Amino acid sequence: MSALSIRDVWVEYGDQIVLERINLEIDSGAFISVVGPSGAGKSTFLRLILGQEQPTRGAILLDGTPLPLEPGPDRGVVFQRYSVFPHLTVLRNVLIAYEFEASKILGQLTGMARREAIAKSEHLLQGVGLAPHRDKYPSALSGGMQQRLAIAQALARRPRVLLLDEPFGALDPGTRTQMHALIRPLWRELGMTVIMVTHDIKEAFGLGTRLIALDRPRLDPHAPGRYGAIVTYDLDLSRDGPVPIPRFSKPLDPSEDQRSARERRQNA
Amino acid sequence: MMNIVPNPRSGLVLGFLPFILIVAIYLVASAERRAANPDDKLLPPMTEMADTVRRLATEPDRRTEEIVLWTDTAASLQRLAIGLGFATLTGIAFGLALGILPMVNAAFGTLIAVISMIPPMAVLPILFIVFGLGELSKVVLIIFGVAPFLIRDMTLAVAGLPREQMIKAQSLGASTWQVAIRVVLPQIMPRLIEAVRLSLGPAFLFLISAEAIAADAGLGYRIFLMRRYLAMDVILPYVAWITLLSYAMDYALAQLARRAFSWAYVEERR
Repeated sequence: MSALSIRDVWVEYGDQIVLERINLEIDSGAFISVVGPSGAGKSTFLRLILGQEQPTRGAILLDGTPLPLEPGPDRGVVFQRYSVFPHLTVLRNVLIAYEFEASKILGQLTGMARREAIAKSEHLLQGVGLAPHRDKYPSALSGGMQQRLAIAQALARRPRVLLLDEPFGALDPGTRTQMHALIRPLWRELGMTVIMVTHDIKEAFGLGTRLIALDRPRLDPHAPGRYGAIVTYDLDLSRDGPVPIPRFSKPLDPSEDQRSARERRQNA
Repeated sequence: MMNIVPNPRSGLVLGFLPFILIVAIYLVASAERRAANPDDKLLPPMTEMADTVRRLATEPDRRTEEIVLWTDTAASLQRLAIGLGFATLTGIAFGLALGILPMVNAAFGTLIAVISMIPPMAVLPILFIVFGLGELSKVVLIIFGVAPFLIRDMTLAVAGLPREQMIKAQSLGASTWQVAIRVVLPQIMPRLIEAVRLSLGPAFLFLISAEAIAADAGLGYRIFLMRRYLAMDVILPYVAWITLLSYAMDYALAQLARRAFSWAYVEERR
């Protein structure tokens, strides 16, 4: 279970108010898209849940217990850039997650434990289609492959919440569509809560089950930092809405395909 | 003009050309001086230098019964290795601590910056007084001269790593210690080797200075001893030997970095 509860959260940097009175109840297993203009505190919001920053006021609870004050293995993250370790091969980039878990002092595994961890890592790499590239360094991978590696890496510790900070922002449109098709089934399969910050409105509507827009509705020209961003829209996308999303190719979901095929067969 | 690029072979020839030129100029100048004054000591002919080198490298000294060149080289390299080794370890340990832990940086960052501004040669007398005239004071001078630079460079290298990587590692369950040894340390190793390469020159400078003042063996000691006799046939080959040694070390470190940390030099090959 991985329900997030954000209660009356404020973030202030000195005089500047970034986020004000954010109240959200996020269901376990939801896929939340967070959109908003630049500087509206989207990334700050993500960093709060990550534990990289603390709210000035308010509380964030994960399944009823307050979030730890630092990043931890219950919350995975994929950044737009610099997410993978350039000094490790593809396989070792995933393996290191298991090594952190099992070997507290050396951070290295040996023998049986290592073989098991390698098997698990290879399984994850298979899932994102990077198995043939396991011995390459990230610098030899394309941008899309690096992001797929970052996702596999983030999934290694089975986080309860997966945070995506504009994960596909630096990719070309074709690769981005491939990534959409990859992330949806992974999310379904693992049943974790996903929070994705994005600039791409189509992506936000197409992937998410719920959309949250952050914006600053009030602006005092004499004191630009006086009012922070609030949640301006909170849309439920879980039901297929009556309004189609123009030019977003909805990722194919194998389980849905099977279900509809079965229904068609039953109808026939 | 700027588009004319040497191919590998002509590049090699071009690289050697200045050396050949310098040797040729020396030969001519030395022959002219000899012609004018058969007792000239300033520019001894190559043959004379070769003789001296052979004597220094193969025949034991009459007084100490040791082969001078190798005794000097061993003494100097030992001091250099211990000094640079300790400086490197200090650089890694303090650089990691200062770069990763904000509390340590707040406490010691300014101190290190101030210490690195103390001219090492100015404290050499203090080192001689405190540590005596033996090996320790020479080694400490090298450490004192090189370590602050290494610490500061390593701190900057750690600070230059993307913040995202530290967060990512923590979100994979890494502790501060694990981030230090699995994420940060391997990534600053290439930069550490670069920094040690740059420190070779200063390290030799401090070594030779310390040896010049108080030693009973060593490359710097020999040069400053022979100065009294105007024995250019010893001094010049010694200078060339020191240069060759530090060039070889520099080259070896560069190769080591490229072999051991190939991931860091991917951009270079393209």
